Amino acid sequence: MGLFILRRFGVMLLTALCLTFVVFFLTNLYPNLEKLAKTQGNQRMSDEQVETWLDNRGYLQPTLVKYGQWLGVLPGYTKTLDDGTFLGTCTRPGSTEETTSRYCGVLQGDWGYSSVFKDEVGTIVGKRLGNTGYLMFWVLVLMVPSALLVGVLAGMREGSALDRSLSTFSIITTATPEYVSGVIFIAIFTSSTVGLKWFKGTATQAMDNPTFENFFLPVLTIALYGMGYIARMTRASMTEVMTAQYIRTARLKGVSFGNIVMKHALRNALIAPFTVIMLQFPWLLNGVVIVETLFNYKGFGWALVQAAGNNDIQLLLAISVVSVFVVLVTQLISDIGYVYLNPRIRIS
Amino acid sequence: MEPLSWTGSIAILNPILMIALAALVVSIVVWIIGSIVLPEAPLSLNADGTLSSGTGLRGLTQSALRYSFFACVVLALAYIVLGILMGTSAGIVGAISQQFLPVWLSLIILFAMSIAFKRRLGLYGKLFDSPIGMIGFGLVMFWVFTGIFGALDLIITHDPLSQVSGMKNKVPGTPLQNPEDGEYAWYLLGGDNLARDVFSRMVKGAWIVVQIAPLATMFAFMVGITLGLPAGYYGGRLDTFLSFLANLILAFPVILLFYLLVTPEIVATGVPNYMAAVLFIFPILFIGVLLNSRYYTRPNFRTPLLIGVLGIALWLYLSLISTDGYIINTDDYGIWGLPTYLDLFDIPGGILVVFVSVVFVNSPTVFRIVRGLALDIKTRDYVAAAQTRGEGPWYIMLWEILPNARGPLIVDFCLRIGYTTILLGTLGFFGLGLPPESPDWGSTINEGRKLLSIYLHPALPPAFALLSLVLGLNLLADGLREESLKD
Repeated sequence: MGLFILRRFGVMLLTALCLTFVVFFLTNLYPNLEKLAKTQGNQRMSDEQVETWLDNRGYLQPTLVKYGQWLGVLPGYTKTLDDGTFLGTCTRPGSTEETTSRYCGVLQGDWGYSSVFKDEVGTIVGKRLGNTGYLMFWVLVLMVPSALLVGVLAGMREGSALDRSLSTFSIITTATPEYVSGVIFIAIFTSSTVGLKWFKGTATQAMDNPTFENFFLPVLTIALYGMGYIARMTRASMTEVMTAQYIRTARLKGVSFGNIVMKHALRNALIAPFTVIMLQFPWLLNGVVIVETLFNYKGFGWALVQAAGNNDIQLLLAISVVSVFVVLVTQLISDIGYVYLNPRIRIS
Repeated sequence: MEPLSWTGSIAILNPILMIALAALVVSIVVWIIGSIVLPEAPLSLNADGTLSSGTGLRGLTQSALRYSFFACVVLALAYIVLGILMGTSAGIVGAISQQFLPVWLSLIILFAMSIAFKRRLGLYGKLFDSPIGMIGFGLVMFWVFTGIFGALDLIITHDPLSQVSGMKNKVPGTPLQNPEDGEYAWYLLGGDNLARDVFSRMVKGAWIVVQIAPLATMFAFMVGITLGLPAGYYGGRLDTFLSFLANLILAFPVILLFYLLVTPEIVATGVPNYMAAVLFIFPILFIGVLLNSRYYTRPNFRTPLLIGVLGIALWLYLSLISTDGYIINTDDYGIWGLPTYLDLFDIPGGILVVFVSVVFVNSPTVFRIVRGLALDIKTRDYVAAAQTRGEGPWYIMLWEILPNARGPLIVDFCLRIGYTTILLGTLGFFGLGLPPESPDWGSTINEGRKLLSIYLHPALPPAFALLSLVLGLNLLADGLREESLKD
């Protein structure tokens, strides 16, 4: 088991390296750098001015060197201009040659400086992740129990009226992406045309003061899309368990139906959904980006859209590291948890 | 011109529809509760040894459900038929159903032909045995026909890009201020914030989806199958390497990937053209290997066949990836492609990058499914038999394993078209790739959402259109799964 986890960590590290390099490569293509120079410097810069601007800040070095600097295995780029301004990859506005450290990379714990938000990337990502974490927590609180309940209720009597209506419900939710259900919810519950006005159409205030009124719709929108899939998987697993031999034995012994479901079937039926829930995280991340844009909730997904829209290289890299980390860790947890939950695999 | 109301002179049907819908809801609730609370229908043993079951209270709830459902369907049909006959005097509903007349006709013909010959049509015919599958197929074909006839300018009432003065944000059914001769006199579903017709934009948006989604899914399947079969069949290092690559792409959050790939700056560097050149070669490889492995024992037949098929495929491939005589044309350098006079069609850079990135995102998942199926099927006896016969590995993969994996693959194909539709909508929603004035559903939803608290009508029609198409595809997949499990 220890070796297995160690190997998985190795693969994880390799994946993260490859992915960050891809992001690094794509964000450092010349047209992207030109856009960065023009947004940071001056929109009306000539081609030569763009080139000098980029050259002064070390953007025109070979990609591998720049990647090494970002990682912190190569010393950062520095240059003192003729007028005495000190520039480089490790500098912050106002810093001098003495206050700048030689290496500044991820290995040194320095995530860089965001060119859009004019702040340390580390603090931005931390703050935005806090907001998104809060959102995700409530999404999981709403989504997981209701999905499991729907799945178990549908799967315990296959083909019954309850099964058919709950299955239809879960098919409809999987067919409704967040940007459709969010728009429909906003239209029904917040607009002045319909006039219900139960909820608020934006979650901007929810960052400081989350209430049911301004926070429920974003949570519901993300939860609904993920719910249908988990419910269908739970239903499939539950129907499989309900046809197993030991359930038939229990029925023949005269155990009541409620007892069979609660004591005999439920535990075995919940192994598969656990994996599914864990593997659902990458999709939740997607939903978070859409919903945060739709409801104007300034979290991780919102930061991703801002960073990508403005080619904020270091913020984008940090964001991709975090999301890749989330995806790979949830995969690892699902693998370990599966082994742990299923005694047949653990013992053999 | 008078503004149109929703139902016009057939408004007498509205209270009846309300009653029928209320009855449907009540009977569904009673049916569910009844299935839990009421006892099962009593069984009685007949003298000849057969069992017969009485109807009981449960049967009563079931028939109540059936009748109220039929009432709703009949009423909906009445709206459509009266609408076709009466046109605009039946209000917006009537006018829309009249505009959709070619779609209704094609649907009726398709369903009548399919049901008449369903026993001879294999799995497709069996679809018409399952009500769920039929509903799903109907929804999907509705949007397919809408897309096709919309592209032929049969359904739309106005040009989806032209703006008409005075129609900005007008509610559904508003008449045009000064309609010219022969111009449709109303905006059936209102105008958007640039005074364009919402109805025509929704119909045109269907064509974009119908064009891109199935084709992109097919390409993703070709890539996934060509790589997944050897990975599952050979295993070993090849498998480890390809699986690592697939997991690498899957670990990327889709939206981040889109934001990195689908920007004008990246299109300018030519990266999507390189990706297109790599990804689109897989179908050629697939077809080439497929035919060669089957016919290599008959060189006299194989060689001309391969030359013909691969020649056409290569021509299509080259005209697909080359634009204006270049395969890649950036400011710094260019790679020569097919000369313009041989180029069959040009794909604008925006569409190409959308297409490529959707294929790129979908193919690792297909790869994983195919690899799993190949791992499972290669242990079967018929594969061992083929190996003993001395068949080559590619023959076994493509002519023994692939046909036997078709059930799950067809089901996944339907689901994946739906997922691709969602992805296309996501791209439009973030304003990536397609031009901003494009009528695709994602862009329209994105534009409409900005004024959503005041004007509902620009955002809701494309939202419901996308919802119903994806729902149809999911139901179709469910029906296919059910029917393919039966044999």
